[in-house]
Amino acid sequence: MQTPQSPESWQYRALNSRTPGLRHFSNALIDLVEEGHPIVAGSADLQYSNGLNGFAERYPDRYIQFGISEQNMVSAAAGLATTGQMPFVATFASFLGLLCCEQIRMDVAYCDLPVRLIGHHTGISLGFYGTSHHATEDIATMRSIANLTVVSPADGPQFASALKASVDWPQPIYFRIGRGSEPDVYEAGTPFTFGKAIEHLQGDELTIIACGMAVHPAAEAAHALNAEGRSVGLIDMPTLKPIDREAIVAAAARSRLIVTVEEHNTIGGLGSAVAEVLADKGSPARLVRHGIKDEFSLIAPPTHLYAHYKLDSKGIASIARDALV
Amino acid sequence: MSAEIKNLIPDAALFRPNADEVKRLREKAQFIRLETIRLIEIAKVGHYSSVFSAAEIFAALYYDVMNIRQREPDWPRRDRFLMGKGHAAVGLFPILAEYGYIAKETLDNYTRLGNPLGDHPDMRKVPGIDFSSGSIGHALSAGVGMALGNRMSEIDANVFVMLGDGEMQEGQVWEAAISAAHHKLSRLVAIVDRNGYQLDGSVDDVMGIEPLADKWRAFGWETHEIDGHDLVELTATLRWAQSNTTRARPICIIARTLKGKGVGFMESEPGWHLGYLHPSDAERAVEEIKSKVI
Repeated sequence: MQTPQSPESWQYRALNSRTPGLRHFSNALIDLVEEGHPIVAGSADLQYSNGLNGFAERYPDRYIQFGISEQNMVSAAAGLATTGQMPFVATFASFLGLLCCEQIRMDVAYCDLPVRLIGHHTGISLGFYGTSHHATEDIATMRSIANLTVVSPADGPQFASALKASVDWPQPIYFRIGRGSEPDVYEAGTPFTFGKAIEHLQGDELTIIACGMAVHPAAEAAHALNAEGRSVGLIDMPTLKPIDREAIVAAAARSRLIVTVEEHNTIGGLGSAVAEVLADKGSPARLVRHGIKDEFSLIAPPTHLYAHYKLDSKGIASIARDALV
Repeated sequence: MSAEIKNLIPDAALFRPNADEVKRLREKAQFIRLETIRLIEIAKVGHYSSVFSAAEIFAALYYDVMNIRQREPDWPRRDRFLMGKGHAAVGLFPILAEYGYIAKETLDNYTRLGNPLGDHPDMRKVPGIDFSSGSIGHALSAGVGMALGNRMSEIDANVFVMLGDGEMQEGQVWEAAISAAHHKLSRLVAIVDRNGYQLDGSVDDVMGIEPLADKWRAFGWETHEIDGHDLVELTATLRWAQSNTTRARPICIIARTLKGKGVGFMESEPGWHLGYLHPSDAERAVEEIKSKVI
């Protein structure tokens, strides 16, 4: 039988070895089982995309394959939670945060069950797979559902820490994670606290508030601007709900100019959440909401899209420079 | 009661209720219908006929079949009950009050401001409600999760899910049906209240679902069609489903029922899916329910 010879060749089952950020998912859940938590993982025919194959191999009796039936998976996860299990169910964010929106609202959030929903490959990270696979609305849908905590980790290590912290978090959680190819921002084991922003830099002129994959390029942009003599701060806002109001108010008081950066529609996401806080507080700070401007993304490889939509470090720096003029 | 039970599956014959048991369940079904009329008078609108088609199913499950405990609604090893047709919850609340799960005065203030009891059941507000519902099509999936969770926790309890026949039109029901058979959820029992009507008319006219039993069988469920008002057949079949721990497949019981069963003018008019009976008409309905043996 002929087999591929080149190490550059790869097939779906090897996908997870190419997405190190997602390997944290399975590993964190395995650790939690070993600590004695009643973890159950479920996936809808995407276990090699989200890396749950690792968990499935280790704990086959605690892994549930749901097939391409995402809505059934979410409602069943709610049922599982009523029996004392702690379910973590994953699929593409485009399906989880939109297709399953009503199951999340009724069965998970309204019933207030400790289900952990993991929407992966969010934003435009699925590049040329196109709009069906993009999720630039999921923060908006999930954020408006009562009882639901919404978390957008910056990288794999932060996701792993948040997963581990989640066993002590009584409410249902929607995690919005990337495709696992993002560079790390944090060291493994960095503690995570729900509802707390992480201040990386303080700035007197401008503060960038970012979440998810945007944190890494936003940090590079802030450093570049500071090297040019500007005073630019950076806040990572992994918990979109409940949002860290104090961190936003403090940043607005210091720099008077805020730029939010997210891989999401500028309607309803991080920028909107920050705008709500500033408006509630009557803050005079100016806000620039950067992200996808209420349009369906073009088709291209992800890095090309990030450059096009100015979500790479160069693009974010240019947005910040324009705001500073 | 039918003298001859044509549809009784052979295994269920062992579980036939005796005459005293049937008499008691008949009284409970009557109690459910009368309480439904009383409670809807408070709300001034409700789903009379959706309860009436299911009254014998409620009675058989809660007063005979299910392994549940008085005043202990969260007992982990209990049999569970979910309602896909959550709009019939008004028929379940009086039962939960009898079990000591909710207070009599709570029941008597059905739907009043701040009361936990509304048109649909809420597991966070009402002890004894195993899962909230109201959006048609989710309950069987939640039941799948409960059966999976019980199996992981080595709890050998049944999960009964009552579904409306109009609910068969929801795609998620069939996602759940596929997954229950695939995962061999042998303690999961779906009961379809096949009363033939939904809001806009007869199920056959609105969106036909036949051949329904063939569909469930094709989806891998052990499926039986019974008379949902015949307390001998119904109770025997549900007892068999509850006690049979050796089976490999989930069970679907298609209960053929009459929408509005027990009140003549409701049986002939599907519009009573939702409505209000002025006290003068409610009195006629109560008389009929009290005088008739179903």
